[in-house]
Amino acid sequence: MSNDIRIKKGLDIKLKGEAEKATEKAIISNFYTLRPEDFHNVIPKLIAKEGSKLKAGEPVFYDKSNKAVKFVSPVSGEILEITRGEKRKILAIKIQADKEQSYFDNGKFNLDATPEAIKAHLMASGCWPFIMQRPYDVIANPDKTPKAIFVSGYSSAPLSANLNYVLQEKEAELQAAITVLGKLTEGEVHVSVGKHGKSPFDSLKGITLHNVSGPHPSGNVGTQINKIDPINKGEVVWTVTAQDLVIIGELLLTGKFNAERVVALVGSSVQKARYFTTKIGSEVATMIYDHGIDKDANVRIISGNVLSGKQINPDGYLDYYSNTITVIPEGDDYEFLGWTMPVFNKISTSRALTFSWMFPKKKFDLNTNTNGEHRAFVTTGTYEEVFPLDIFPMQILKACMYQDLDEMEALGMYEVAPEDFALTEFVCVSKQPHQEIIRKGLDLMLKEIG
Amino acid sequence: MGLKSSLHNLKEKYRGTKMAPAFGAFHTFLYLPNDTTHGGTHIKAADDLKRTMNTVILALIPCLIFGMFNAGYQHSLAFGEVEHVSEFFSASFWTLDNFMIGFWKIIPLVIVSYVVGLGIEFIFATINDHEVEEGYLVTGMLVPLIVPIDIPLWMLTVAIVFGVVIGKEVFGGTGMNILNPALTIRAFLFFAYPTWMSGDKVWVEGAVERDTLIAAGENLDAISGETILGSLAQGNEVGYSVMDMFYGFVPGSVGETSALLILLGGLFLIFTKIGSWRIMLSSVIGALAMGLIFNQIADVGIISEGSKFYGLMNTTFWHHLIIGGFAFGVVFMATDPVTASQTNRGKWIYGFLIGFISIMIRVFNPAYPEGVMLAILLMNVFAPTIDHYVVQGNVKQRLKRLKVKKA
Repeated sequence: MSNDIRIKKGLDIKLKGEAEKATEKAIISNFYTLRPEDFHNVIPKLIAKEGSKLKAGEPVFYDKSNKAVKFVSPVSGEILEITRGEKRKILAIKIQADKEQSYFDNGKFNLDATPEAIKAHLMASGCWPFIMQRPYDVIANPDKTPKAIFVSGYSSAPLSANLNYVLQEKEAELQAAITVLGKLTEGEVHVSVGKHGKSPFDSLKGITLHNVSGPHPSGNVGTQINKIDPINKGEVVWTVTAQDLVIIGELLLTGKFNAERVVALVGSSVQKARYFTTKIGSEVATMIYDHGIDKDANVRIISGNVLSGKQINPDGYLDYYSNTITVIPEGDDYEFLGWTMPVFNKISTSRALTFSWMFPKKKFDLNTNTNGEHRAFVTTGTYEEVFPLDIFPMQILKACMYQDLDEMEALGMYEVAPEDFALTEFVCVSKQPHQEIIRKGLDLMLKEIG
Repeated sequence: MGLKSSLHNLKEKYRGTKMAPAFGAFHTFLYLPNDTTHGGTHIKAADDLKRTMNTVILALIPCLIFGMFNAGYQHSLAFGEVEHVSEFFSASFWTLDNFMIGFWKIIPLVIVSYVVGLGIEFIFATINDHEVEEGYLVTGMLVPLIVPIDIPLWMLTVAIVFGVVIGKEVFGGTGMNILNPALTIRAFLFFAYPTWMSGDKVWVEGAVERDTLIAAGENLDAISGETILGSLAQGNEVGYSVMDMFYGFVPGSVGETSALLILLGGLFLIFTKIGSWRIMLSSVIGALAMGLIFNQIADVGIISEGSKFYGLMNTTFWHHLIIGGFAFGVVFMATDPVTASQTNRGKWIYGFLIGFISIMIRVFNPAYPEGVMLAILLMNVFAPTIDHYVVQGNVKQRLKRLKVKKA
């Protein structure tokens, strides 16, 4: 069965530095880092300590609110250092990798197991954190049964890794993961793929396939949920990113937690944008310098895409959920009369002496300048142009700002995640931090309503 | 490099002090700041609030310049120095003399408007320790364009202080106000100094002065510069052709007369996506609808020719669009995003009612025959209510979805 989803509202941000379809093996990183902040709302309780020797896939910490949910080491090695911040909050767990990798054996899994057995296996093996839930965009609560599971097999965010390319020949792993996850929901497993191109999902069984087309955010799973089966109050859906299904699938088939991932190194500051095979948590320095950036270039390195990724330092690490590393120029310079001059080299959805509308195919080289200062909300109608969900974006943002829980709920807060507001944040004339506002709103609801 | 780096050093020096907002306002005027993104999206679109406001000002400039020429022309015409013109590019309209008369009358209005208004903005920004927001850039340009040419500057000052403080700052500044600040200023003038805002003297430069001379016993002819609406309201013959009205060779507030240039400004705002086409279009539809209703009433004979409403009711319905301040109000004031409806569907309702009510007030209020200002202010007040119901529609749909699911 196949269904079409067409998005009209949105914006394709065309940037320079798209990855060439060629994959290299990244230099093997000596150090790997797990950062608890990648797992929103998780309070880590350590199992291992400094000096512990671990195999790949052995637990490092668990979630305080649910002991069963384990977070495992992506590699085998020794815990070198645990960095702590204020109130002894754990910031990072640094692991020195062994030269010879050894894997913790979870055992080959019987794909016909009961839902309870599946959950227990995924939680113990460190795969559970790959399953996210909405409402609230946090790691799924294993006690609730989702009404459906959504996977986006199509990426529309600027310069993001092409999923058809990175998932090729992974059909077996994807199928195993989907077969097993499908048993955890009463409903269907919805997978959306791009309308054009051949996706490894095309031939899978046990899924409802959707063809999506249209501008970004058509590839965002939030958009797809809204168009396929929107979340109502009291309902839960789960989402898993396509590349994490591969890790889950491999675990089920072989018993090994293999944190390997194909990552796109992209952005206008990169000399040769291409794909790398690397592992979760590896140092980005292993990838960005070879035909990448100059040693002391004034650039922004982002683990993730330019809209929702995290800023990292050159000695930083690939975060737990990303399959893209983007490097773009920093924009920390003044521009003479920049607010009034005609603009040809930046993207704009208006035509207020901005001329990107004249070059719909041009690829832009954008930097991190905010192009203006933070202001109160003034203009209206601009967000709606790039926001395809059936939700009033400005009204829900304001409801989050004045923390009216009833209104947030009524306006559709259960359906959204911060990344759904990345485009409205990009076009915002008042330069408001939309994603942060939504994240805080979701956290408030989670705390008050749960 | 010299200017850029020395300004940067000054900025660092003033950081955190009371000087910071005021300095920042000048600095960001010269240079787009060096701020970079932190958290959230790493890239941002090119538009900021300064650019948005600047676009509106660009759209207003032709009206301002035309207003200068027209002020001079109306003066010269009233004093019998030039002939009546009927072509848009008429040589006796676009003269340096006309321009200079208007220029010296209007530039003081512009200066007072900006100095007083921005001064208040700076004071409040310093007190509240926030950046100087750009809202007043447009308000400051609108104000001189919607007042009579002969308005005394002290009156304008008082009105601006009232409008900016009570109309905007008490609500929290740009983005928080309920009423359009420029119209609040005008409404204040209208209710506080009605003799300076209506009648047949204030629209032509020199007419008031002439009256004082006559009162002092000098033997001179009084000058009458009645607006079209004024004439119609009194049932008098209108001495201007439709093309005069469209081009704007008529007495009126400084910037409101030329429907042609307002139309161009409106198209520019729509093209740049800064002004809402929904509001502009629906206002025009609303005005035409009301105009047609009144025409019918006059045609059918419900109202007799002697009635004081007859003159305006019988005005061909589409003429309403090009006389008085309707066009200017709809294009530049009703579309103010802060005080208008904020939802797309709400904008249709809001705009339609502005057009509809404008013409209604215009016809039924002969003492002061212009309705667009009051109509917009009224709808400013109702805009949140309209939005509330539009948003509730979305909320109800969501609840319905839940019920269907449960059933």
